[in-house]
Amino acid sequence: MKLVTAVIKPHKLDEVKAALETFGVQGMTVSEASGYGRQKGHTEVYRGAEYTVDLVPKSRLEVLVDDTDVVDVVDVITKAAATGRIGDGKVWVTPIDDVVRVRTGEHGADAL
Amino acid sequence: MDTGDTAWVMTSAALVLLMTPGLAFFYGGMVRTKSVLNMMMMSFSALGIVTVLWVIFGYSMAFGDDLGGGLVGDPSQYFGLKGLMSADAVFGTIPTLAFVGFQAVFAIITVALISGAIADRAKFGAWCVFVVIWAAVVYFPVAHWVFDFSGDEHVGGWIANNLKALDFAGGTAVHINAGAAGLALALVLGKRVGWPKEPFRPHNLPFVMLGAGLLWFGWFGFNAGSALGANTLAAVAWVNTIAATAAALLGWLILERFRDGHATSLGAASGVVAGLVAITPAANSVSPIGAIIIGALAGVLCALAVGLKYKLGYDDSLDVVGVHLVGGLWGTLAIGLFATSTSPAGVDGLFFGGGVDQLWRQAVGAFAVLAFSFILTYIIGFAIQKTIGFRLDPESEVEGIDGHEHAESAYDSSTGGGSVRPVVAKKTEESEVPA
Repeated sequence: MKLVTAVIKPHKLDEVKAALETFGVQGMTVSEASGYGRQKGHTEVYRGAEYTVDLVPKSRLEVLVDDTDVVDVVDVITKAAATGRIGDGKVWVTPIDDVVRVRTGEHGADAL
Repeated sequence: MDTGDTAWVMTSAALVLLMTPGLAFFYGGMVRTKSVLNMMMMSFSALGIVTVLWVIFGYSMAFGDDLGGGLVGDPSQYFGLKGLMSADAVFGTIPTLAFVGFQAVFAIITVALISGAIADRAKFGAWCVFVVIWAAVVYFPVAHWVFDFSGDEHVGGWIANNLKALDFAGGTAVHINAGAAGLALALVLGKRVGWPKEPFRPHNLPFVMLGAGLLWFGWFGFNAGSALGANTLAAVAWVNTIAATAAALLGWLILERFRDGHATSLGAASGVVAGLVAITPAANSVSPIGAIIIGALAGVLCALAVGLKYKLGYDDSLDVVGVHLVGGLWGTLAIGLFATSTSPAGVDGLFFGGGVDQLWRQAVGAFAVLAFSFILTYIIGFAIQKTIGFRLDPESEVEGIDGHEHAESAYDSSTGGGSVRPVVAKKTEESEVPA
C-alpha cells in the first residue's frame, strides 16, 4: 500500500477530486495548506511599499491506494491538476506498513 | 437667530463627531491584529478627554477675548461655558452653544489624527497625558489664531485677522497642526521594533475602507458646516468637497497603477482622505474645477509623500505626515494659486490675476503653525518620555499592545483553554492576605 500526497492549486481541487472518483478511488483527505516552491511567493503593495508573501495557499490531498494503482493514481492527479503554469504543485508517494478501518477492524488492502 | 442655520450647524457637528470613530476604523484597519484595539482607543480617548477640556476652558482659550498679539484667548472668560446658556448668547445666526459644540468636535479629531504616527508603540496612559497637554498648549491657541475672527468688541487671533490667510475649515489648525505633531512624536518615540524590515501589513482593509467612508460622510459637516449656516457658502463647500475628494481618489489610484502596477483599496481609501484634507482650507475660495485640480494633485502628491518615511527613516506608522501634513500644506498653499474672486471668499490667487499677495499669506500661516506645532509637540513628547515614559517596552510591543495595555484582544482565534474568575473577587482575596 502507498500514500499518495499531492499539494496542488486550490482551484484545481474539484477537478482532481472528480478525476479520482471517476478512476474509482473511494476516499481521500483534503486539507488547506500553505507553502512555496521554486516560484517563491507573491508580492503585495501597501501605499507603495512592497511586501513579499512567501507562503502561497495550496490544497493538500492524501489518498491511500493499493500498490497496483499507484502509477495510475499519480497520473490521474498530475493530469487533472496541471495548468502548465508555475506553482502547479507536487505529488509524492510514501510506503505504508498497514491500514486499519476503524469501524470494522479490517487490515491492509481490505481496509482501503 | 435662524432655526435653519442652527439645525444645519448642529447636524454638522454630529457629522464631524462621527469622523473620529471613522478615523478609529481607518487607523484600526491599518495596524496589525494585535494592535487594533489600542489604535481605536487612542481615538476614543481623545473623544473623552478633549471634550471635557473644551467645556472647562478650551473653548474660552480658543474663542475668548485675545490676551495679546492674537496668540491665545482668555481661558477665564467662558470658563465652564459660563454665560453661554442664555437665549441672548448668539454667534452670528446660531446659538453660541451650537458653535461651541461644532468647534469641540474639530478639537477632538485633530488630536486623534496624531495617534496614527505612533501606532503600535505608545503607552496608553502616556498618550492620555499627552492629549491633555497638547490640546491645552497647542490646539486651543492655534484654533484661536485661525478660527477666531474679531467682532464688534471682540479681538480674535492673528492668522484670521492680521495675516488674513484663508483657512476655511482647518487646513492649518487641523491638518498641518496634527501632521507636524505626528512627525515630532514619531521622532521622539522612535521606530517600531522590526520597522522597516518586517512587513507591517494592514490587518483589515475593509475596516480601512469603512473608516474612509465614514470620514468622507462626516467631512461634509466639517467643510459645509463651517459655513455656520444653511446657505450658498455651505453648498459651495459641499460641492467642492465631493469634487476634490473624487479627483484625489482617482489621482492616487492612477499613480499607483503606473508606479506599482496595481490600483489598491488602501490607495483608494488614502486618496479619499488626502483629497478631503487638501480641500478643507480651500472649500470656500476655489471653483469646483479648481477643487478637482487641487484634489487630483493632492492624491498624487500624498501618494508620493508616503514614501518619504522610507527614504528619511522616520517611522510615521500610518502616514500622518504623508497624508495630513503634506495634504494640508498643499491645500493651504493652493489657495494662493487657485483662489478666485467669484468664490464666496472673494480673493484672487496667483492663477486668477491676484499675484502673490494671497500666496505669501498662506505660506506664512502654514509654516507658522507647522513650526509651532512641531517644536512644542517635540518638547511635550520628550518631557513625557523622560518622566513617565512614552514608549512601550519592546517585549510588550512584540507580544501585543492590546493585551498589555488594555488586557483585551480584538479577535478570539483560540479553541479553548483558560478559565474565568471575576476580577472583583480576585481583588478581595488579595486584600485579605495578611501583611
